[in-house]
Amino acid sequence: MLKLEKISKIYKTGTFGGKELQAVNNVSFDVKGGEVISLIGESGSGKSTIGKMILHLISISSGAIKFNGIDISTLKGNALKDYYRDVQGVFQDPFSSYNPIFKADRIFKIIREEFFPEIKNPEWKKKIDSSLRAVGLNPDEVLNKYPHQLSGGQLQRFLIARALLLDVKFLVADEIISMLDASTRIDVLNLLAELKSRGLSILFITHDLSLGYYISERAVILYRGCIVEIGPTEQIYYHPLHPYTKLLIASVPRLDKKWEEVEVKLKAKYSELLTGCVYYERCPFADKDKDCAERPPLIETESGHFVACSHYMEVNEHA
Amino acid sequence: MTLQVENLKVYYQTLRGDVKALDGATFTVEDGEIMGLAGESGCGKSTLNNSLILLKPPMRFVGGRLELDNEELPVWDMKKMNNFRFKKISTIPQYAMDAMNPTRKIGKMTSELLGSRKIDFKNILPELKRRLDLVELSYDVLNMYPIELSGGMKQRMVMVLSTLLNPSLLIADEITSALDVSTQKAVAKMLVEFRDREFVKSLIVITHDISILYQIADSIMIMYAGKLAEKASTEVIINSPRHPYTKLLISSLPDIGVKYSQKKLKGIPGKPPLLLDPPTGCRFRERCPAAFEKCLNEPPFIEIEKDHFVACWKEFKKNA
Repeated sequence: MLKLEKISKIYKTGTFGGKELQAVNNVSFDVKGGEVISLIGESGSGKSTIGKMILHLISISSGAIKFNGIDISTLKGNALKDYYRDVQGVFQDPFSSYNPIFKADRIFKIIREEFFPEIKNPEWKKKIDSSLRAVGLNPDEVLNKYPHQLSGGQLQRFLIARALLLDVKFLVADEIISMLDASTRIDVLNLLAELKSRGLSILFITHDLSLGYYISERAVILYRGCIVEIGPTEQIYYHPLHPYTKLLIASVPRLDKKWEEVEVKLKAKYSELLTGCVYYERCPFADKDKDCAERPPLIETESGHFVACSHYMEVNEHA
Repeated sequence: MTLQVENLKVYYQTLRGDVKALDGATFTVEDGEIMGLAGESGCGKSTLNNSLILLKPPMRFVGGRLELDNEELPVWDMKKMNNFRFKKISTIPQYAMDAMNPTRKIGKMTSELLGSRKIDFKNILPELKRRLDLVELSYDVLNMYPIELSGGMKQRMVMVLSTLLNPSLLIADEITSALDVSTQKAVAKMLVEFRDREFVKSLIVITHDISILYQIADSIMIMYAGKLAEKASTEVIINSPRHPYTKLLISSLPDIGVKYSQKKLKGIPGKPPLLLDPPTGCRFRERCPAAFEKCLNEPPFIEIEKDHFVACWKEFKKNA
């Protein structure tokens, strides 16, 4: 359905834009219809940048994103609008996604003006009602209110309802539950899982591995803009092959197991290692004589499970 | 005993009346104890933090007694508290990443900060450097502006600053929530190390992420709608909680190895009551699956086993 082909993003930084920062580096993966893919990485790994590129909010430096075979970077005007009928995003902070001066349901009005000017009032009301109920909200309780009168979980579900109004096929969910409380968090997650069973594809961007495991079939692990591991979630969680994935999984706070005494190296030396393995500085297995000085390609180890590490065999034995 | 709080009540003054954000909290924090404080947003955890460190309007001190190292802690008196702040009781704020003065180099800011407490920067510099080593920051940061540091680095710098004078009590308010898992772990471990090295005597760690508390805290206190719901040792809270709210809160956490298709987790239906005019009786009553007629009266916060406090009528009945 959605295909990312070797996309990269380079931001210009520095006072006069003289420096370059490669936020996303040669990333390719695809999302099938009705599939949830988690995009997991730490801050600065480029996960939000990928989400924004899919949503056509920022330009792609190189490579292409294809939605049902059409390259989205060429879309303009009406074609772009049609694209947004199918692809929508929900973002991390529900509180700043609204204009505090207007009532929260203004987001629905804008959708109507833009996309459905021909629909009559009663029919429109019915449509809003059903999409609000689909996200587990009671329309009488939440309509006609200002953003500050609604809780974070409600606002977040409002935004998902807005995406549902358009009958989207693909949803980019960028850290949508990290600002919510534990008790409401799981409701929003369950909602996503339910929408998935109705055929919606979701790109679930998160830094929390347990949440990613809960709803997704496949996971993509990003490190400094590169995919280091991609595969079915079970494989990634139970048999991680890349040292970084291993570190991530060991650092997740769990309720059934205490952290082992693994030292987390904080000093990531950000040298401009442009050619070698991106994880070189932090990797306990790194060895310049081995192939780490060259960027390792993604190797398929089992069906559908790819890893970018030149000595994943050794890493695996170590565990 | 480091901190002793008895029946602390702090309300927010609004035009429509008092918001009872913290309504009668009684607990103690022992020497060397790391106490975790968890609950939903709006349950009063940050109010508790603020009332211990900076109780300013619209917050209003209504009643209660506090003791720090067997000395009365005058939280209601802004001026008197100056003798305690930073020296005896210190905080790492939620916004630690933006806590430093952006117009000063970090070293200069630190020296001004110490100057305001009449402490000579030069005397403390060797200790400061030792601690920078400990959190893996280079001395160069003292000659840098906060903007030159990454989020995690700023967080560690603030940790060092807050604990520089070896306070008896350190309150860390949601300091790990904005970090990703690997940094989160490092910061959490550092808090424990600060305690082990006796830079701080005891700690209150506020977070809504209970799994972090399980890793580092000795005891956990759960708050709900301005009231204490349960306090016990970490193992007890996680493995055999007694309050229905604690049980629901823990069961709603997804763990690695839990998948939607195999085991669907449930949230807690309903939402916390408004604290402007809270319902009488148990405040969790409306959402509680075990509520019965007695819950119309307010349950006291009682020790049902050694060091295990609960505010729930159902549990008292079982024990009686």
